[in-house]
Amino acid sequence: MSKPAEGPIDRREFLKGAAALAPQAAGTQQQDDHLHHDHQIVPADIALRVKALESLLIEKGMVDPAALDAVVDAYERKIGPRNGARVVARAWSDSAYRRRLLADGTAAVAELGYGGSQAEHMVVLENTPKVHNLVVCTLCSCYPWPVLGLPPTWYKSAPYRSRAVIDPRGVLKEFGLELGEDVEIRVWDSTADVRYLVLPERPAGTDNLSEDELAALVTRDAMVGVANVLPPRKAGTA
Amino acid sequence: MNGIHDMGGMQDMGPIDYDPHEPVFHETWEGRAWALMRTTGGFGPARRRNFRYELEILPPADYLRMSYYERFFKTLVDRLLSGNAITQTELDSGHPDAGSPRATPPVTPAVVDAQLARRGSLRRDDVHVKPRFKIGQHVRARNMNPVGHTRLPRYVRARRGTIVRDHGVFNLQDTNADGYTLGPKPQHVYTVRFSARELWGDHVSVRDSVCADLWEDYLEHA
Repeated sequence: MSKPAEGPIDRREFLKGAAALAPQAAGTQQQDDHLHHDHQIVPADIALRVKALESLLIEKGMVDPAALDAVVDAYERKIGPRNGARVVARAWSDSAYRRRLLADGTAAVAELGYGGSQAEHMVVLENTPKVHNLVVCTLCSCYPWPVLGLPPTWYKSAPYRSRAVIDPRGVLKEFGLELGEDVEIRVWDSTADVRYLVLPERPAGTDNLSEDELAALVTRDAMVGVANVLPPRKAGTA
Repeated sequence: MNGIHDMGGMQDMGPIDYDPHEPVFHETWEGRAWALMRTTGGFGPARRRNFRYELEILPPADYLRMSYYERFFKTLVDRLLSGNAITQTELDSGHPDAGSPRATPPVTPAVVDAQLARRGSLRRDDVHVKPRFKIGQHVRARNMNPVGHTRLPRYVRARRGTIVRDHGVFNLQDTNADGYTLGPKPQHVYTVRFSARELWGDHVSVRDSVCADLWEDYLEHA
């Protein structure tokens, strides 16, 4: 692998250098506009390489293309943050359920039919006016798929993974959430098999809402802890 | 391994790139690569390296440059090749070698839901291991720098914390330098709370803390 230029360079320069070298390393033509883009850079031929492997594995009888369709469909339509939102709405509406959820997240989530891969050991963290919980995986991208779906890019990215533990207040500010000094922030680094879900605070003015209406207010970001749930009037922009 | 993946506490990685309308898969290939990952578990080498370790040994510049799905796709291809499930010639040509055996797909649409719902826990409810630590006890994360895979992040090593939960007995995930498990070594996993000041110094909020889930082998009495 080629090395960046000799001499002291800072990390930003190093990252830029790595990005600039990437097209050569991958043997592909990199589009200029990608270099000015904040997203991680993907060699142009990755789509072709994935397609080639898929057709090879189909021809070899190793995969069934209809099964691939079903997996994609499951993660696009069934396994997503609407599931977690139902858990939160139930907890807001039913205090006995809320107690069970906080005592044994795995069992309480299973009551609503959610569980399986990456939710084997669920712990639910309750936000209060004095305690705000934030979930991260600094080592990889551990995330409770059955209740939140696959993690968004920012959750898996170097900026979030690196800074959530050392500067949670700065990270939350970047998400537009400024918490007072009197609020305690607890960051949960998912370093083992436990997967965390934040139970956000129920917004004011929602006493008359049904469980379905409450669920509609709950966002993925609030269940990771980078946002609060907004009252109905302000929702819709989030 | 003190690799680039162990990012907790690093700075200068830039702003968080937030897209409020992000789709589950940005492009078709991401979904297909993900689906291939989830349906080819039955193929590959009989003796498996830790899959996270396979991602962690990517050269640091590549690790930072590649997207999540690209990293997974690379490890999938490497796994299929090293297990002789496919050959390099097949990968290059996109077609099966002449005379290569034809398999029957193990994952059909009918079993996808069951496959995705399958629990993959390392918890060992079958063994009884006495915990060394109790909730409320002060502990110190060991100062160790293993060359294989470990789940003890650098930023907590040699720091003092308090046990706040005991999650029961789990197999240790740590590996040797080749990525193979050091053995199941069932032991308790605890949530350990570290004050932000213990980790980062006096300029951070006295109220804040970071909790990490740590295997007993990572901890000593403080």
